[in-house]
Amino acid sequence: MDKIDVVIVGGGLAGLACAYRLADKGLQVIVVERGDFAGSKNVTGGRLYLMPIRSLVGDMLDDAPYERKVVRERWSLLGKGNSLNIDFTGERFRGEDHSYTLLRARFDRWLSEKLMSKGVFVIPRYRVDDLLWEGDCVAGIRAGSEEIAAHVVVAADGVLSFMAKKAGLKQKMTPKNYAVGMKEVIELPEEKINDRFNVNSNEGCAQLFLGDVTQGIFGGGFLYTNRDTVSVGIVAGIQGLMKKVPPIEVHTLMDAFKEKYEIKRILEGGNLVEYSAHIIPEGGYKGISKVYGNGIVVVGDAAGFALNMGVTVRGMEFAIASGVIAAETIVAAKEADDFTAQTLSGYEKRLRETFVLKDLAACEEMPEFLDNESFFSYYPDNFSGFLEKIMWFGDGPKEKIGATLWKELKGSGMLSFKRLKELYNIRKI
Amino acid sequence: MKIDEKLALDAFKTDKESHIIIRHEVCRKQCTAKHCLFVCPGHLYSYNEELNEIVVEFAGCLECGTCMVACQEGAIEWVYPRGEYGVQYRYG
Repeated sequence: MDKIDVVIVGGGLAGLACAYRLADKGLQVIVVERGDFAGSKNVTGGRLYLMPIRSLVGDMLDDAPYERKVVRERWSLLGKGNSLNIDFTGERFRGEDHSYTLLRARFDRWLSEKLMSKGVFVIPRYRVDDLLWEGDCVAGIRAGSEEIAAHVVVAADGVLSFMAKKAGLKQKMTPKNYAVGMKEVIELPEEKINDRFNVNSNEGCAQLFLGDVTQGIFGGGFLYTNRDTVSVGIVAGIQGLMKKVPPIEVHTLMDAFKEKYEIKRILEGGNLVEYSAHIIPEGGYKGISKVYGNGIVVVGDAAGFALNMGVTVRGMEFAIASGVIAAETIVAAKEADDFTAQTLSGYEKRLRETFVLKDLAACEEMPEFLDNESFFSYYPDNFSGFLEKIMWFGDGPKEKIGATLWKELKGSGMLSFKRLKELYNIRKI
Repeated sequence: MKIDEKLALDAFKTDKESHIIIRHEVCRKQCTAKHCLFVCPGHLYSYNEELNEIVVEFAGCLECGTCMVACQEGAIEWVYPRGEYGVQYRYG
């Protein structure tokens, strides 16, 4: 059978970015996508950080349909009965193209259409069932009775990556390494969003919530403003959910979150238009699969390229970068007419020289560090509780601030060995 | 809003056959925790006492894969719906 150069499984950002660069370099490439169109099976929180990928993407993202430029960053610690917010904005964030919110059904579809105008086939409604093999070398894909033979298969099939699994590259999926994300898209008039988040049109806000959202389970809430919708959701570690006694039905976390005083008013009058869910790689550096084999490379979520640093959550720029870098490796393999693992290992080498594996490696200890109930109940409770003590004037005379602080530090156990050890462990991350 | 009302907002194309197969003998023999009843964001799993079986309403599946990861017993055989079928997000 005649082989094309590359077949890409999955029309998400990693796969489309890979196809884009391959097409620019003149390779024959086909993208297959199981949804009705690229993006129709994809979900993000979410926002894309542009700076890390600026030097990689060329004109790929010119005129991209972003929702809003994030100029306001908020973190909310939700205690029981009180909350503490940090609200940040900065000139650089308003002036430069730092990060944008987006919706994947629009964004990925747009990128796939741009790709098709370059002459690349993006075939929708096409679920890949298996890999084709020639000896120990991946040689294409099979969908039902159809086969596409290719020199290289790019596994861009997302976090569950059945392709990486079939190629024997993926670690067994353990509950510890994944979280489930649930999201609601809520329609609100553009001006209302501007007013409620104190931003101009085209400017937006990203907000993360920690504490009384996940009942002590690893995870939190998020809110991103889109043009005329907001994306609001919850992320919860699967292992944490499984250990919860008594168990909670995960979807109820979402409803409880939206009922909270801190968020209810922001969403008031909004119209729920979509409910979605997706799992998220949370294993960090240690959770990454083997990213190449004979005739195959693994990109984006499929490889586990996502990074939760507690105060920021990243994934899409890793997907785009890994797709582009995979493409460059495949171009070199084509020139050498050698698609074996040895040549394709150049992909991992390149990843190590860029932010993709550098940032992930630098945060290797992060999942371990965050795997601690303290961050999801104890600290949010006590920090916002302390603020309450300072701000509240009761019927007696007010105690001095320093004395209140000292009493709180002692009384809350903040000076205990356990807490000081947690503080000391910060140096690792 | 109830969870089934939320799911009703999404666009689904339902295949005749389920893409989720539950191996009931494994559930009965090995599983006491029944995590599937709690971890599904669509709340699609339930226990049928009469049949002594876990039942899944696959038509409302958001295709996240949480059940497959949480089922440590390996009782859930899960593949993506065939091309053309399943949830189709309009926002994502």
